[in-house]
Amino acid sequence: MSCNKAEQDLRGTRSAQPVWFFGTCLIDTFYPQAGLDAIALLELCGYEVIYPEGQTCCGQPACNSGFTRQGVKVARYLISSFSARPWPLVVPSASCAGMIQRYPELFEPGSSEHVQAQALAARTFELVSFLLPHLQSLKPRPLPETAIALHQSCAARRETHSADDWETALRSIPELQWSLPAYAEECCGFGGTFAVKSPDVSLAMTADKCQHLRATGARSICSGDCGCLMNLGGYLTRQGQSVDTPHIASILARAYLPQAHLSPAPSAAAMATRDFEK
Amino acid sequence: MSGFNTRIRKALSSPQIRQSFRGAMDFLRQKRAQATAQVSDWEALRQQGQRIRQQVLAELPKLLQQLEDNCLRNGIQVHWAADAAQANQIILDIAQRHQVRAVVKGKSMASEEIGLNAFFAKQGIVCTETDMGEYIVQLAHETPSHIIMPAIHKTKEEIAELFAEKLGHRLPSDDVDGMIGLGRAILREHFKHAEMGLTGVNFAVAESGTLCLVENEGNGRFSSTAPRIHVALMGIEKVIPSEQDLAPLLSLLTRSATGQALTTYVNLIKGPRGQELDGPQEVHLVLLDNGRSQMYQDPKLRETLACIRCGACMNHCPVYTRIGGHAYGSTYPGPIGQVVTPQQQGLQRAGDLLDACSLNGACGEACPVGIDLPGLIRRLRQEREQSNAAWSRRLGWRLWSLAMRRPGLYRLSQTLLRYWPYATLGDPSGWSRHRDFPQPAARSLSAQLRRRGQRHEP
Repeated sequence: MSCNKAEQDLRGTRSAQPVWFFGTCLIDTFYPQAGLDAIALLELCGYEVIYPEGQTCCGQPACNSGFTRQGVKVARYLISSFSARPWPLVVPSASCAGMIQRYPELFEPGSSEHVQAQALAARTFELVSFLLPHLQSLKPRPLPETAIALHQSCAARRETHSADDWETALRSIPELQWSLPAYAEECCGFGGTFAVKSPDVSLAMTADKCQHLRATGARSICSGDCGCLMNLGGYLTRQGQSVDTPHIASILARAYLPQAHLSPAPSAAAMATRDFEK
Repeated sequence: MSGFNTRIRKALSSPQIRQSFRGAMDFLRQKRAQATAQVSDWEALRQQGQRIRQQVLAELPKLLQQLEDNCLRNGIQVHWAADAAQANQIILDIAQRHQVRAVVKGKSMASEEIGLNAFFAKQGIVCTETDMGEYIVQLAHETPSHIIMPAIHKTKEEIAELFAEKLGHRLPSDDVDGMIGLGRAILREHFKHAEMGLTGVNFAVAESGTLCLVENEGNGRFSSTAPRIHVALMGIEKVIPSEQDLAPLLSLLTRSATGQALTTYVNLIKGPRGQELDGPQEVHLVLLDNGRSQMYQDPKLRETLACIRCGACMNHCPVYTRIGGHAYGSTYPGPIGQVVTPQQQGLQRAGDLLDACSLNGACGEACPVGIDLPGLIRRLRQEREQSNAAWSRRLGWRLWSLAMRRPGLYRLSQTLLRYWPYATLGDPSGWSRHRDFPQPAARSLSAQLRRRGQRHEP
């Protein structure tokens, strides 16, 4: 990386610094708009985004469910997908970024895999935390007509420590009305297979979370973790409540990107859920 | 449905349980937040506590030996109990040697763990709980629903009714002081007549042979000083190296447990009475293993033993907050209970406790000695699946893992998901009963990026 940069500086044409982008399986499959918005923001901040084809999942579902051996195989696959160059790896999900940052725990200390996992963990970043220093030198457009409730994900709060960055990023947008719900620090009840294996308590947590989110008066619920958004959006649409669940990248994109870049859809997440209802 | 899931459903359907625990946990969280804010650098204190506890685990056998030597030097008789049955027998032997008919008990979760009250009752010895919460729970023939606040599940109306029925005095339910006064007056009589007092131990100092016991009601001091015999029961992990370690650990414990800078009573017990006119004639220390040395064998699971039993993990757990302690069906509820119980009772019997966790990490964040509770839960889930998983689940995850390493299979499963979501996800009834499942996008992110020619290799 430094070699390339030195070379570019010598030539006097500083081309964009490359970053790896891991789209995550949820965004890839259900919420591609969140991924497109995240990539557009990275490009706006001067990065060239490399998206390896054939990327899949971080392995978290298996590791959290106790099938660690299967999870490790997937982790190994992800490491190999993003290790050809020591570029930063940007992930538009605190939960998946947190998982990758935990990869070293999966391998024998001292082994070459452990060293590789450590190296990858050290250059893995949650999207908004990665963008924030760059956004601060840009001028966002006001979003006066938008009111959103921010759902801090547990992974953003406790694993990647991005929750404050999410707030700072939203605060940077003039006239945006945003708020945190009561019990902002409490889990939304998703927890991957938790929602399937302990359905009743998961549902109780989700219902409470939605009640607090709705009590803010906002019709949009935004977060940087699509697992939480899938859970909250899925519950609210089943309740017959119309609510948008945009990824935080989509909100930031609306404020920071030139108009031409913007897609017509405000929320891919909400669109996808609505389609399914028909 | 597993027994645990049935109990969860029952707890969730009780508005009273929901309200009691939500209210109490909110209160405890807030008190803890205030108490930790008073410390100039809570995080540094927490790290110090973590270091001390790790040091304990690094040299546990040596410290226990040192504790025994110094206790003996102080005149405290030391007993080793491999399991619950042995601990009960040791305590019974002491009681029988002294013709004990009545025992008063200070609050001790270790004694709950070994089922002491029931065992003694069978032997015709009355064991009376003297912590007010424990006393209420005992009168109601229940078990504690929280390790620090055992009767937190009961309303004052229920307690008024219980006292009227069991103690023969009906007091208005808003007269909380009156009810406590009534309980205290009755307990005072028990203190006068008990021949043996049993207490737990919060920390035992190896270098000096001192037993430290914190409490707010004075019942621990009474139980350990009024009767002729004092028996202290502790899990072997409660040992600490030196008296200097007490200050940081006590500050962490009481601030995390009840939001207090320090409890009303801090008892430092160094042995039986010497030349004094009061105090017990004999002090016994029972060191309880009961699965702890098994936990100690594994370098990761060993972390379980760093726990100082403050209850902060349950106070901050969104699951515990909604279902309360009884739903777990184990002595220790909440995250620490989910970690301790399967290790004590076996994964076959208690492994389902591990499911009721979303791995949100609130417990680990609250733990004053930095125990990686989510990591322990993940690890125990791994142990459980390695030993007990049904072949269908094994196969399912194997196929999943395969698909996640073969881009072609991964894309195929995305397509399958569009037409037949539940085939790919297993039984999702828990999910689909109350939530819509999102429709896969018409074109995945990968497909869209491929189309527009996003750079995909270095």
